[in-house]
Amino acid sequence: MSAPGGPIAALFRREMSLAFGRGGGPLLACGFYAGVAVLLPLAEGPDPARLASVATGAAFATLALASLLSLERLFERDYEDGALDLLSLGTPGLTVVAAVKCLAQWLATGAPLAVAAPLVAIALGAAPALAPLIFLASLLAGLGFSFIGGIGAALSLGTRRGGVLVAVIVLPLFTPLVVFGAGAVDAFANGLDWAPALALLGAYCLGACALAPFAMAAACRNAMS
Amino acid sequence: MTDHASFIQRLCLDRLTLERGQRRLFCDLTETLSAGEAMALTGANGAGKTSLLRAIAGFLTPASGQVRFEGPGGELEAETARAEGLHLLAHQDGLKTSRTAGEELDFWARWLGGTGQLETAVEIFNLKPLLELEVRKLSAGQRRRLALARLLAAPRPLWLLDEPMAPLDTAMRRKLGEVMQAHLAEGGMILAAVHDPLPFPTRALHVGAPA
Repeated sequence: MSAPGGPIAALFRREMSLAFGRGGGPLLACGFYAGVAVLLPLAEGPDPARLASVATGAAFATLALASLLSLERLFERDYEDGALDLLSLGTPGLTVVAAVKCLAQWLATGAPLAVAAPLVAIALGAAPALAPLIFLASLLAGLGFSFIGGIGAALSLGTRRGGVLVAVIVLPLFTPLVVFGAGAVDAFANGLDWAPALALLGAYCLGACALAPFAMAAACRNAMS
Repeated sequence: MTDHASFIQRLCLDRLTLERGQRRLFCDLTETLSAGEAMALTGANGAGKTSLLRAIAGFLTPASGQVRFEGPGGELEAETARAEGLHLLAHQDGLKTSRTAGEELDFWARWLGGTGQLETAVEIFNLKPLLELEVRKLSAGQRRRLALARLLAAPRPLWLLDEPMAPLDTAMRRKLGEVMQAHLAEGGMILAAVHDPLPFPTRALHVGAPA
């Protein structure tokens, strides 16, 4: 009836197909991102030197906000329609469900945003030579955004106006990603050693990937009872 | 179909007390369901039928008492028993309206450990004409049939059913009755919350105030 694969591959395919249908998904996030890039020069004034000095910072801050957009729905739909109950009855368990969901979220939203990030930064006046590093840092940061964000999404299950709660919970946890991501690019632009900042960014992301699924599974179980 | 005799053989409710918020639903419920048995769970609306099913599935923590699963070699770890041996059919069927019936059935069969019973399930519940349709286009009865097909697509011994017959037509109710009896004959167990009696002999378990 369809492609082969075990339960986890099947879940991944389902998540990807839902992510692309989930309220616009990648297009919405990229549209939001592009919108900020267009509005910033209008608000800031057209002076290229001034724009260039905030380009990478603005690109990273906006990246964090854009990746918040579709997070709220990460667990909510499955929670509301009973699918989360059934997902927890599968052999792999809720921790795996959470990890797969975040991974799919990263590929569906984080990766398109990482492609858009260098374009936005260059449009704002960053040097084109920065593009590869901006892409790499955005891609890594996006991984952290979706795993950290997943904790907020799981914790806000069952509350009204969950989106606000997600933002309040996860934005403080996003700060290291923004600091190290923009820091690496800044260091490179100023001819300094950029590797330590990128390594710290990677370490934070790996820590999030390893720990967040357990927190998400616990939060989901709490919401289901 | 597979033989269930090797996994969960007995479900034991041991002085189970359930509370929702401040309200006590029932207390000290002790009951045993063994392989090959079906039990009809009755009670007024809000008496705690669904809560009992959710407690057995592990979503609700009992205020006191416990739910135990026993296999051939003695007591099973509850988490494993639930992850591998239990089906829950609830009002919220977990089907995604934006995906086709075929995609959803295929996914759930794989997730719940389906082992190639899909065609049988599709045939028994007459789902062939529906597989290409989006779930949002299905009627309540058709959706229920799709949800029921999961029970066969991924064979598991213990079925927890919450009013399984409700949206089905007469012919399909008869069909489901046969499916349930076949499941019992293979050593399966069924605990079904119902308002109308099931079309075969069952034991009865009443929750809440006496009828």
